[in-house]
Amino acid sequence: MSTSFVFLVLLILTTFSFVTGRSHALSSADDQGKRLHSRPNYYGYFAALWCAIPAFAIASIWMALEGNITASLALSSLPENLQNADVSTLSLISNDIRNLATGNIVARAPEPWLIEAAENYKNFKQTSTVTMLAVVLAVFAASFIWTRKKINPALRARNSVERILLIVLMLCSGVAILTTVGIIFSLIFETARFFTKVPYMDFLFGLEWSPQTALRKDQVGSTGLFGAIPLFAGTLLISFLAMCVAAPVGLMSAIYMAEYAPSKIRGTVKPVLEILAGIPTVVYGFFAALTVAPFFRDAGESVGLLVSSESALVAGGVMGIMLIPFVSSLSDDVIRAVPQSLREGSYGLGATQSETVRQVILPAALPGIVGSLLLATSRAIGETMIVVMAAGLSANMTVNPLEAVTTVTVQIVTLLVGDQEFDSAKTLAAFALGLMLFVVTLILNIIALITVNKYREQYD
Amino acid sequence: MTDAATPLPQTTLDRNRKSDLVAAGLKKRYAAERRFKLYGISAVVIALFFVVLLFSTIISNGYPAFTQTMVKLDVTLYEQDIDPDGTRDPEILSNANYRKLVRLALFDLFPEVKSRSDKRKLSSMISSGAAFALRKAVMDDPSLINQRQQFLFTMSDDIDQFYKGSISSKSPESDRRVNDKQIAWLLRLVDRGLVEKNFNTTFFTGGDSREPELAGIWGAAVGSFFTLLVTLVLSFPIGIASAVYLEEFAPKNRLTQIIEVNINNLAAVPSIVFGLLGLAIFLNFFGLPRSAPLVGGMVLALMTLPTIIIAGRAALKAVPPSIREAALGMGASRIQTVSHHVLPLAMPGMLTGAILGMAQALGETAPLLMIGMVAFIVDVPGSITDPATVLPVQVYLWADSPERAFVERTSGAIIVLLGFLIMMNAAAVILRKKFETKW
Repeated sequence: MSTSFVFLVLLILTTFSFVTGRSHALSSADDQGKRLHSRPNYYGYFAALWCAIPAFAIASIWMALEGNITASLALSSLPENLQNADVSTLSLISNDIRNLATGNIVARAPEPWLIEAAENYKNFKQTSTVTMLAVVLAVFAASFIWTRKKINPALRARNSVERILLIVLMLCSGVAILTTVGIIFSLIFETARFFTKVPYMDFLFGLEWSPQTALRKDQVGSTGLFGAIPLFAGTLLISFLAMCVAAPVGLMSAIYMAEYAPSKIRGTVKPVLEILAGIPTVVYGFFAALTVAPFFRDAGESVGLLVSSESALVAGGVMGIMLIPFVSSLSDDVIRAVPQSLREGSYGLGATQSETVRQVILPAALPGIVGSLLLATSRAIGETMIVVMAAGLSANMTVNPLEAVTTVTVQIVTLLVGDQEFDSAKTLAAFALGLMLFVVTLILNIIALITVNKYREQYD
Repeated sequence: MTDAATPLPQTTLDRNRKSDLVAAGLKKRYAAERRFKLYGISAVVIALFFVVLLFSTIISNGYPAFTQTMVKLDVTLYEQDIDPDGTRDPEILSNANYRKLVRLALFDLFPEVKSRSDKRKLSSMISSGAAFALRKAVMDDPSLINQRQQFLFTMSDDIDQFYKGSISSKSPESDRRVNDKQIAWLLRLVDRGLVEKNFNTTFFTGGDSREPELAGIWGAAVGSFFTLLVTLVLSFPIGIASAVYLEEFAPKNRLTQIIEVNINNLAAVPSIVFGLLGLAIFLNFFGLPRSAPLVGGMVLALMTLPTIIIAGRAALKAVPPSIREAALGMGASRIQTVSHHVLPLAMPGMLTGAILGMAQALGETAPLLMIGMVAFIVDVPGSITDPATVLPVQVYLWADSPERAFVERTSGAIIVLLGFLIMMNAAAVILRKKFETKW
């Protein structure tokens, strides 16, 4: 009895209730010799919505809770000595029970009590499914009878249906809020757990990052130090290098496109630059690691410089390329939004085009340009794939762009990929880093949005 | 004109000096003008250069991935090796030692190769996939047994790379993975006309593999398809519903304002944070399966939702109020006005936004790493709850592999990925052009 089967049955029943609701409304109007208040379809929708919503809601809630409840029921049927085991053992056992019940491979030899528990689990599950189906069908039938009683020519079916629709629309726009709340809560909750293991002063101001925690007491080199300063330094260095590429190139091409380029060139170059914006970051990462890094290493070698093959320069430079279209299209919009009268006034006083740009347009567009640069910086800080593929893993405190540094996002990925346990300081540290990332980018975005909006109001 | 300020009397000397000054400055100013324009042009040229460099690197590295070096071998399918008892039982047929048969066929061509190490080197020129191909042929048609037939076998990745010219025979022998003997054998095979470069079907139909010559993108492509399906099913209706609510129905109050600010901020949250959300909530709290397109799709749906909402609102804003007023004037309710008139007119713009959002989701990697879609998965996923990987993650995984042949395959996978993205963007542009209404 799979989920999709239950939903399919409900869907068919809903269609049925739509059809009967509609025809019932029509026939009752004929019987009583009255006109319907709403168009006949609305009576169908009325019946279908009122039948489907309670039934679907009950079915989904039931299915969401079913797994845990049946598992804990099965656990409570275990022998006494096992019930008092600690949480992790119990979760292992419940996994085994589930696997045994579904016929999967089990980690341990199936002892008699385990088989019994699995049998119980199977029984509980079956009972639960049958009960659920019965309950859902009963609810459906009840609401079907209720809607049938309600439907008569005087019923304001349209108003009722529209009210439900409006509520659905409202709930949908709440998903965005729910996402933010989910992000904040999950990050804060896990970060709080992390800070119970590692003091937050050590995390925020520590100069040493080596997240390998020792498995044995006497292990060397695995100290589990969570000082995030080297990561912040590395992130800032790479973002700075990226902006060194993206800001001048992006800004100058925006100025050229907005002020100088004939519309034909603008029409072709702009979409081509937008291609750069649409390329997945993993492609940039591959490009950096495959082409740019060896090029810089060889170039450095030929002039006697030692360039690390995972240098900050490569990651930052390629990230800068990625950000060029971002900076240029945002600045382009801002520059074009400067009123034409300012340009004409400047030309009228005898200024050349470049003098107009430098002394009139750029100052006027400055808040917007700063905003776009801030948005690009926040992108650079949060960018993941390029640095994962092209930057290093070792947390060096350096400002030398030829050395390897690591970033916050790189560490989040290395801490979480391939790691299954969820309670170690190592995995929780990733959430603390994620929270830092979220807060910093949020602040940058808010500042950027405020500056851009302020500026927009000025000329509207 | 009499009350206008009369200019101070100027001597011709004064005037001349001033115009000289202006003229002298003019030259400098024009030079600055030219310089400034040059900076602009060079910025554009640099940006375009990067586009060209990126594409030419990827394409020149990637196009050889679409061909594969194959070798024609005459294989005798001895019954005593495959099915000594003559039962034709599929069990026995599938367990027979086909590797040995392939090797025997190869040794027949080079009878002078005697030493064990040479024999091993010789047989390593053929991919381990050859035995599987032979097994499949025999299983499909057991009457082939005891016959001699020509088969086309995939050659190993190193030989393939050498034949395509990626490994140079001039580099010292110890530096390359193909030694001089293997080169000589290959050249003899070429002389006999047994080697050919064919279209690489495995690359498009196979799942992932540790052997580059057997690795394909089909598994990742199907994973991407399932993931995007979940994303589309979730984010498109929710995004459109929120856009309609915020643009058409929402009262202008504090709550609406919070929602709007919220959506703008969500659009700029780093994608990896969405991955952390998926890990903490979908995997650890709700216990959904790891590595599944279901969870990946849900995470990407949350990520693309702001894009779709913002595009949807812009499309709704572009519908002139006169349409709404006319509908309301004819007695339609507000919901009827929106669903019968405004929404159909705004639909092309909304679809454009949705396609762009999907393109963004297709290229996204980082959040999927967080929810375990980086596992090495050979099987092609069959449903949204099977473990799977997606195209960009496959690119990431292959880019980490040391074999030279994986560089080629990574670039090939990128070409396919970019092909899909360009198609989606082109569809969005065409949609916009075709249905764009000027009011």
